[in-house]
Amino acid sequence: MHNKTIAELTAGLKAGDFSSVELTRHYLNRINSLDEQLNSFITIVPDLALQQAKQADEQRAAGQATIINGIPLAQKDIFCTKDIKTSCGSKMLDPFISPYNATTIEKFNHSGAVMLGKTNMDEFAMGSSNETSWYGPVKNPWSLDTVPGGSSGGSAASVAARLTPAATGTDTGGSIRQPASFCGITGLKPTYGRVSRYGMIAFASSLDQAGPMTRTAEDAAIMLNVMAGFDSRDSTSVDEAVPDYTADLNAAMEGLKIGLPKEYFAEGLDDSVAKVIEAAVKEYEKMGAVVSEISLPNSHLSVPTYYIIAPSECSSNLSRMDGVRFGHRCEEPKNLNDLYIRSRGEGFGAEVKRRILIGTYALSEGFYDAYYVKAQKTRRLISDDFNQAFKEVDVIMGPAAPSTAFNLGEFSDDPITMYLSDIYTIAVNLAGLPGMSIPAGFVNNMPVGLQLIGKHFSEAKLLNIAHQFQQQTDWHKKVPALFV
Amino acid sequence: MQWEVVIGLEIHVQLSTRSKIFSGSSTAYGAEPNTQMSTVDMGLPGVLPVFNGEALKKSVMFGLAVGAKINNRSVFDRKNYFYPDSPKAYQISQLYYPVVGEGHIDIELDNGETKRIGVTRAHMEEDAGKSLHENFHGQTGIDLNRAGTPLLEIVSEPDLRSAVEAVAYMKKIHSIVRYLGISDGNMQEGSFRCDANVSLRPKGQEEFGTRAELKNINSFRFVEKAINVEIERQMDILEEGGRIVQETRLYDADKNETRPMRSKEEANDYRYFPDPDLLPIVISDEEIEAIRATLPELPDEKCTRYVSELGLAEKDARALTVDRNMADYFEQVQQAVDDSKMAANWLLGEVSALINKNDMDIKDCPVTAELLIGLLKRIKDNTISGKIAKEIFQAMWTGEGDADAIIDKKGLKQITDNGAIEAIIDEVISNNPGQVAEFKNGKEQLIGFFVGQVMKASKGKANPGQVNQLLQQKLKS
Repeated sequence: MHNKTIAELTAGLKAGDFSSVELTRHYLNRINSLDEQLNSFITIVPDLALQQAKQADEQRAAGQATIINGIPLAQKDIFCTKDIKTSCGSKMLDPFISPYNATTIEKFNHSGAVMLGKTNMDEFAMGSSNETSWYGPVKNPWSLDTVPGGSSGGSAASVAARLTPAATGTDTGGSIRQPASFCGITGLKPTYGRVSRYGMIAFASSLDQAGPMTRTAEDAAIMLNVMAGFDSRDSTSVDEAVPDYTADLNAAMEGLKIGLPKEYFAEGLDDSVAKVIEAAVKEYEKMGAVVSEISLPNSHLSVPTYYIIAPSECSSNLSRMDGVRFGHRCEEPKNLNDLYIRSRGEGFGAEVKRRILIGTYALSEGFYDAYYVKAQKTRRLISDDFNQAFKEVDVIMGPAAPSTAFNLGEFSDDPITMYLSDIYTIAVNLAGLPGMSIPAGFVNNMPVGLQLIGKHFSEAKLLNIAHQFQQQTDWHKKVPALFV
Repeated sequence: MQWEVVIGLEIHVQLSTRSKIFSGSSTAYGAEPNTQMSTVDMGLPGVLPVFNGEALKKSVMFGLAVGAKINNRSVFDRKNYFYPDSPKAYQISQLYYPVVGEGHIDIELDNGETKRIGVTRAHMEEDAGKSLHENFHGQTGIDLNRAGTPLLEIVSEPDLRSAVEAVAYMKKIHSIVRYLGISDGNMQEGSFRCDANVSLRPKGQEEFGTRAELKNINSFRFVEKAINVEIERQMDILEEGGRIVQETRLYDADKNETRPMRSKEEANDYRYFPDPDLLPIVISDEEIEAIRATLPELPDEKCTRYVSELGLAEKDARALTVDRNMADYFEQVQQAVDDSKMAANWLLGEVSALINKNDMDIKDCPVTAELLIGLLKRIKDNTISGKIAKEIFQAMWTGEGDADAIIDKKGLKQITDNGAIEAIIDEVISNNPGQVAEFKNGKEQLIGFFVGQVMKASKGKANPGQVNQLLQQKLKS
């Protein structure tokens, strides 16, 4: 049952092959017995899940089943969930029980989805390996010695290990696509503004975007149908019509213009990964797509630009974690400053502190123009590169990450190398574009993700392109041996 | 040495929107602590601000009223600092691109001249909550009801040269925001607050001296006193050859002194940057013009019109137009009785005297415009004299009814019948033979004595004009 996709499970529920309660029990059992190896969940909510499942079954019996009715899902622990711990992977928010639901959670609730629990993640979504979580690292189901990627590592690992049919993730610089690539699943980061950020704990507000993490493009389309849409509570969400993302999945690839940025195939990319990507692109050529080399000349500016903008925003966003109203507070504060210093000192981990310090520095008087203002200008250049490229091509393809999953602990003391693992994904966030990673093959039994980058609001097109690939290949159907 | 005082003011005006600037919570004053706040006002993880367009409209009204350039695009920035009553640990404000650009207002000086004061800019921002230090046993209580209340911060050019000018400027701004109806201007409730930047420089020197910033002065009287003691303090230091330290100082009204709050070195680096949660605020020229069309007549225009059209003295016109409620009251009376001077005299005389004595706003005056109109009409049609009218006014103030009712009840109707007046005159003449003789011998100023006697005998009700005329006839016959 756990190898079925959302589409297949929905058909099963519809046919009465099993109930949502049965389905939910099955996944809860798998989590109970298997997640010890992965640590992909921070919180499991069996009572709530079974209650929601029962309700979904009743709705279906009453002929009122909604689009994702009765389907169990895992939610990244960055989304506020009413009356349930919302930790964001941090000691700081370990005591935080949210009094309200994020818009995304509300939408899934209204659509009849079942929440199994909250998935592990890098602390405040800052990390590329899920090693910065206060709840401990998540393991990659394909090899327990390796990382699942991050920051949505728990979501990626739990989907790959079939502990949930699908999960939500968030992507600030690659946090959906890089773990999707490392764990061999399908991950979609929508256009900035497509999915509401309300109730999603902010890391870098101008870059954060939530999206689905699934096994297939079709499932991602179903999930996005629930998640997408304007939200009056989020001023940066865009009031743009939401199409049915499943409608055009079968459009033909004939004449599709694919651009391969030469900068994404240059030094730094693992040769064997490059071969997998090239083979995947060949697959599209066979389907009638036309491939050309393009250039994104300012690609080298992405990582430095990102590491000014994201830390600057996070230094401000995380200031509200001050021990005054919620979250961790130190014991016996002597005075106000002591309360701030010790609460934050104890509550935040090293990577979060590092980024707060970088951001605080970048925004300081005398440095603001040299760093933040400059970074906004280079951000524009990066964005212009894409605009230019999309005059020539329909979609840009390349690797989602320079390598397959690395070993746990391999880069823990080397933040720069760690930051470079997002080199192909970061520019997409800076430009606000939609991007996907889909399973494209394996290197030494570890999955490799093909990244697809589209124009603003071209999610339907990207899903179509991804789906067509999945009709021709079965990389997305491979199951990690330990989790069959 | 001769010193020149240089003052610039930053005025925080609370905009009278019903809900907060970035959340739907109510802005009403005086509720139980923490009952008017939402998850957004609390700065919970994940919440986002949504801008209240009413604040923009009101800010634009102010900008137009001071002849300022309205920026079609303004941007909210975050001002980062830690403080318990600042729930997000940043204040959403506008630093780089404020909504209102350069403008100006004119203030009236004591010598009757007007002086133009530049408005540098005005920008929208959110208010903080309040820290409560009493009754928490060594801890601090936080009340977030005020957090997120919309403010317009109005920054003046350093054009003010004395505490008196500063107060005149502040009063003018107060008058304008009340006219526009964009703020209740209530200073006790903190809806209108002022910071003053004060510095001294040798007369004739162009370069500014080092300034001190006086924080949060909440009444016109304290602004004047605070600035004056600060000027004295700085002058003492400079006269002795000392140097002024750039710092923020607090005014202590009880001790009438300013004392340091924090120095420049201790000042926060606010790390301003554009708030990525909010889009730039865009307003088109058409929208600006639509707002302009809703602007009421402003105090200066009104004052000019009262002088040119209604023939009032400039001083009276000014006094009537400071407060919009006063001006509205005046216009209602003036139109009904068709006598500008009479209306002005009553407003600035009896009415002002009593509302000032009772520290009352004109809109709470128990003698409403309708009541006053009823009274003045009876003067106009000679039913009563001006003197009796003052008596009736007092009765109306204490709620005894309208003028006609009081006239009836107290029998105050003026005696205008010649026969009746002559009867009284005859009695007065026969009772005062000595004075009559003196009058007839040429002591004509005694006419006042006879008028007084007649008025007294008629209990003030005889028509003074008729009394005068008939007395002259009788005494000279």
